[in-house]
Amino acid sequence: MELIMAVAVGILFTIGVYLILSKSLLRIVLGTSLLTHGVHLLLLTMAGLKKGAAPVLGDNAKTYVDPLPQALILTSIVISFGVTAFYFVLAYRSYQTLGTDEIDSIKEEKE
Amino acid sequence: MSNLLVLPILIPLCTAVILIFLKERIRLQRWISSASGLLNIGIAAVLVSRVHDKGIQTLQMGGWSPPYGIVFVGDMLASLLLLTASLVSFAILLYSFRSIGEERERFYYYTFFHFLLVGVYGSFLTGDIFNLFVFFEVMLISSYALISIGGTKLQLRETSKYLLINIVSSTLFVAAVAYLYAAVGTLNMAHLSQRIAEAGQDGVLNVIAILFLIVFSLKAGLFLFYWLPGSYSAPPAAVRALFGALLTKVGLYAIIRTFTLLFVNDPGFTQPWITWMAAATMILGGLGAVAYQDIPRILNYNVIISVGFVAFGLAVGTPDSLNGAVFYLLHDMLAKALMFILGGIIISAAGTEHLKNMGGMIRKYPLIGWMFFILALALVGIPPLSGFAGKVMIIRGGLDTGMLTLSLIGLASSFLVLYSLMKVFRLAFWGNEPEKELPKVNLKSASAVAAGLLVLVIAMGIGAEWVYTYVSQAGDILVSPGLYIEAVMKE
Repeated sequence: MELIMAVAVGILFTIGVYLILSKSLLRIVLGTSLLTHGVHLLLLTMAGLKKGAAPVLGDNAKTYVDPLPQALILTSIVISFGVTAFYFVLAYRSYQTLGTDEIDSIKEEKE
Repeated sequence: MSNLLVLPILIPLCTAVILIFLKERIRLQRWISSASGLLNIGIAAVLVSRVHDKGIQTLQMGGWSPPYGIVFVGDMLASLLLLTASLVSFAILLYSFRSIGEERERFYYYTFFHFLLVGVYGSFLTGDIFNLFVFFEVMLISSYALISIGGTKLQLRETSKYLLINIVSSTLFVAAVAYLYAAVGTLNMAHLSQRIAEAGQDGVLNVIAILFLIVFSLKAGLFLFYWLPGSYSAPPAAVRALFGALLTKVGLYAIIRTFTLLFVNDPGFTQPWITWMAAATMILGGLGAVAYQDIPRILNYNVIISVGFVAFGLAVGTPDSLNGAVFYLLHDMLAKALMFILGGIIISAAGTEHLKNMGGMIRKYPLIGWMFFILALALVGIPPLSGFAGKVMIIRGGLDTGMLTLSLIGLASSFLVLYSLMKVFRLAFWGNEPEKELPKVNLKSASAVAAGLLVLVIAMGIGAEWVYTYVSQAGDILVSPGLYIEAVMKE
């Protein structure tokens, strides 16, 4: 199971990196959010995917899954959510002010 | 146990929250900000003296003993950095009053300022690797806001670059934490250090160490600094000073902490990496500082050179050079803040950023000219000033361990610093005044702030002996991480 997840995370990272290297700002934002998806799955996978009950004590199960990485992922999700929202608004604002979505033409323009 | 440790984070946090409600009342915002800045300096000073007398202070959040809860650790290195950061940020705050402009002040400038301080102070004090990530993000998100606030074309352009590089490096940080958790199963730094020592730092842990080095180098501008010169020239001078003095230093602190506490068991593998990265950083930063003709770029490349120099101290790794690195780090925070403030004053006095349009300012602004001159000498490391003691210890360590090339690069980088700053001094202050009328600006209060920082720089140089008693205590923990582990894991 971990192997499949590792391959999936690898694919997510590949697509994310590919999108970040592209020209349009919107594709770059999408690339970063794919990267964060990949890294959250990685956190979940690296802590082990052994079978066990959900980490709720009321279940009276013999084994539970590790609750720590879930808390870490939850923290990381909201952080990257905030940053992505900011990035989208920044891209929108850049489009309004600079009048372009192409990262190359943004660079070339002189003051 | 001491609740003193949480105050440096709590105070700016509460200040920032209060300032959200006072959007339109700029005068009140300034008063509250100054009061909170002063209070933080006081608390940091108390913390330094307490650590000096009683050893490492720890605070277990919620009473959970480590490694199960989050623990805050105030050792000498963290407390000294905290004190310096609070002094520097107070000076920059006072400089912002004059220079930042009402438009920005009305748009939550001081709120973001204090949130940034929360992130910086938290990163210094935390003893948990994931908590370090969270404080990094607090710091970075405030810095995104500060770099883009005002919304000029240049700022929008540079913010999207800065944002992208930091999102990628934060993603790598989380990935590194995931690998580390899988390898050793804990997040507390002291406990991590124990577990890594037990595991003997095999291949996997070396890979993780390099991943951490990449992450923190992206933040600190160590070799992977390509985003820095452009991004730091976009925001106004006060924000630039804040970034140049604090943000890269937090990355450096993280590198120092990681490679003196966690990954210490296989120095033969990690040390060469840090060594060549430090060398490349000093060379490339020096070339950049010499190449450009506009003030922001020259100053930004000077930040990069000093990052390389501190990493050089870490790479040498003798007790002497580690003490030197701590000393140089403290000096550099003060001096870089002063450098950016003076740079900002020169730019606003001349009305341009380009050196070729300046000249002859020494007649009109002699005080600023000579302050800049003394600062340049301090940054190079001329004996009575603050840059000397750190530099001499690092380079002596380098020569003692036979790292001749690296030591020569370090010395040569000092000459490039001198050349680049003297170029600014010569072109801006000497020669003939340009034809066009200089803008009329009131620089009294900004100069007073700069003078205050300069007094600190000189005092740190003259009182180096006295400062060294504290610095050597910080260096002790870097040399023997056992002290840190013992203090945290005592129960």
